[in-house]
Amino acid sequence: MSQPIIEVENLSKRYRLGAIGATTLREEFSGWWERRRGRTVVADARDFWALRDISFTVQPGEVVGVIGRNGAGKSTLLKILSRITEPTSGRAVLRGRVASLLEVGTGFHPDLSGRENIFLNGAILGMTRAEVRRKFDEIVAFAEVEKFIDTPVKRYSSGMYVRLAFAVAAHLEPEILIIDEVLAVGDAQFQKKCLGKMGSVAAQDGRTVLFVSHNLAAVESLCSRALYLEAGRLKLASSTAAVERQFLADLATGGGSGAGSAGTVRNRHPDLIVEDFTAIARDTPTTGAKAGEPIAFRLRYRCANPAAFSDGISVSVIFHVRGQRLLNLWSSAGRGAPFSVQEQGEITCEVPRWPFRTGPVRVDVHASYRMQNILEWDEALVVDSIDGDYYGTGVVPHESEGLMFLPHHWRG
Amino acid sequence: MSFPTATPAPAVETVIAPTRGWRFLDTRELWAYRDLLGLLVWRDFATRYKQTVLGPLWFVVQPLLMTLVFILFGKVARIDLGQTPPVLFYLCGQLPWNYFAQTFQSTSVTFTNNSGLFGKVYFPRLIVPLAAVVSNLLSMAIQLVTFGIFFAVLKCGAHGANFGLTSGIILLPLALLQVAALSLGVGLWVTALTAKFRDFSILATFAIQLWLYATPVIYPLSQVPVKWHWLVALNPMTLSEEFFRHALLGTDVPSPLLMAASLAATGLVLAGGLLVFQRVEKTFVDVV
Repeated sequence: MSQPIIEVENLSKRYRLGAIGATTLREEFSGWWERRRGRTVVADARDFWALRDISFTVQPGEVVGVIGRNGAGKSTLLKILSRITEPTSGRAVLRGRVASLLEVGTGFHPDLSGRENIFLNGAILGMTRAEVRRKFDEIVAFAEVEKFIDTPVKRYSSGMYVRLAFAVAAHLEPEILIIDEVLAVGDAQFQKKCLGKMGSVAAQDGRTVLFVSHNLAAVESLCSRALYLEAGRLKLASSTAAVERQFLADLATGGGSGAGSAGTVRNRHPDLIVEDFTAIARDTPTTGAKAGEPIAFRLRYRCANPAAFSDGISVSVIFHVRGQRLLNLWSSAGRGAPFSVQEQGEITCEVPRWPFRTGPVRVDVHASYRMQNILEWDEALVVDSIDGDYYGTGVVPHESEGLMFLPHHWRG
Repeated sequence: MSFPTATPAPAVETVIAPTRGWRFLDTRELWAYRDLLGLLVWRDFATRYKQTVLGPLWFVVQPLLMTLVFILFGKVARIDLGQTPPVLFYLCGQLPWNYFAQTFQSTSVTFTNNSGLFGKVYFPRLIVPLAAVVSNLLSMAIQLVTFGIFFAVLKCGAHGANFGLTSGIILLPLALLQVAALSLGVGLWVTALTAKFRDFSILATFAIQLWLYATPVIYPLSQVPVKWHWLVALNPMTLSEEFFRHALLGTDVPSPLLMAASLAATGLVLAGGLLVFQRVEKTFVDVV
């Protein structure tokens, strides 16, 4: 057994919620004064452990996926391993040159040409000028921007921009490559190309890759092993298949915190209190839904001061499948008019035919007033969807043929 | 790594753990990123005057306009400049001061202007302010040329005997180094403090304006009453001003006391700046 290339021991990261954000001197001073006078602020209650006692090892040449819900600590883990921020306790040893790609195009300057940005971005990512020069033609060819290489990147289409940025990063030659979500950008064909490149990097050159993604399909195709983070802890480290099974099972049951009402309500306006958010089928609350059947989403609220929302509010019900935001039903678009707010009320979004294929569907509910978010409840529900006879023909395409159904007609 | 292994030890091993106490300088790492420093400097040159009409000519126009204002002000306030032609006096005075002020301005916003970049990729953060120190040398050089032209023209004129270069010019690069060290030091302090308290960015713009008046840029040190000289000596920019004028215009040599005090102050400011900067950089992204 060779020595692990990544060794993480009891890594923890604490954020002091009160201390996040730049403070003014006055606030800091009053805090200090309070402490001096013995009035201990309940500091511990404001602590938030983004990571708690994470330990794992990665062998050279392994491609390891990191999955988990939003806020599970994936990004924090990558930030620590990329040395962007320090851990609060614990340690990690990385045996080899590390390159991390947490964003595509970091440090690109819009006024500089593609050629110039390749050198600049390469240097920011840790390449020497000589290395970039050696790889230059390959990068340009991979990005398919030969004709525009001396054009300022601000004139690039967003697709070209992303391609160029990824191409630079893909040609880093680190022993350890840390990648976050960057494949969420770019068109499908290019995503495929990037995944292929990453796969070959691992397979042929024996590089080690740590890959965070919401895209389960990508993790599945690239990674032999996966880490599953939940609420800052390492819940499971196992084969990708086993981790994915557990992850999907947790999603369907709301992560063990009871069906529905998982997730967190953020950005709550003090005057608008959410009572509940429920999926309703055949007049009864449900956690599951069959494709093709009607379903409704009901938001119930109380409002201490309806006058604060005199222009009326708008509501969004957002659906995620496999970590991808697939659909946003926004009342301003679907209804056209805002909802007036009462002291107590409910707003219902009726979907005549549930369009999603088998699997968990995450449902977020957001509300806004005058374009300001007053409610952001991500993962308010997880609806366990199953295939149904959506088209009424008795024929349903194979599960691998897509994520949703769509009303349509054929002629001929 | 205490046990023998079959695999050869890799060239690089990074240990990530909470830092205890203060770090000073990791020169080896800075050296490894020298290409990035070079490219950042070059980026500054290449992008600063994109979409401007005058381009680098601004480096000429700006000090000339200021000189004009200073001359008028000097006439009104009846400042005694000695034998030196006012144009040269003010142009020379602006050489170290503008470099100081510009470098301070760019280094003092290191954290606030680069929070996006710093949050996404690691490299020694010190590279960014160091690049500012280097790239501002360009405007310094252009101003030096402007000064040289006026110097040459006036030297041939009627008052040509009243001023001239001295052997102090050999030490001019060192004097410039002191200005660089001071502006970097002050800038690092301010950006480190600004990372947490935005109050300091407001204070800094204000302080730099006041600092100009506390420095013999638009008046000679000889105009300051002798009993206040100790106070002026606390300001390390006084030495820079005096030394530049000594080297380029032949005014008196700055006193050893002034030199010692200024160099010591510069060293302290820079060392302290490096310490606080590196203290802040390790968790800066958590408090943005």
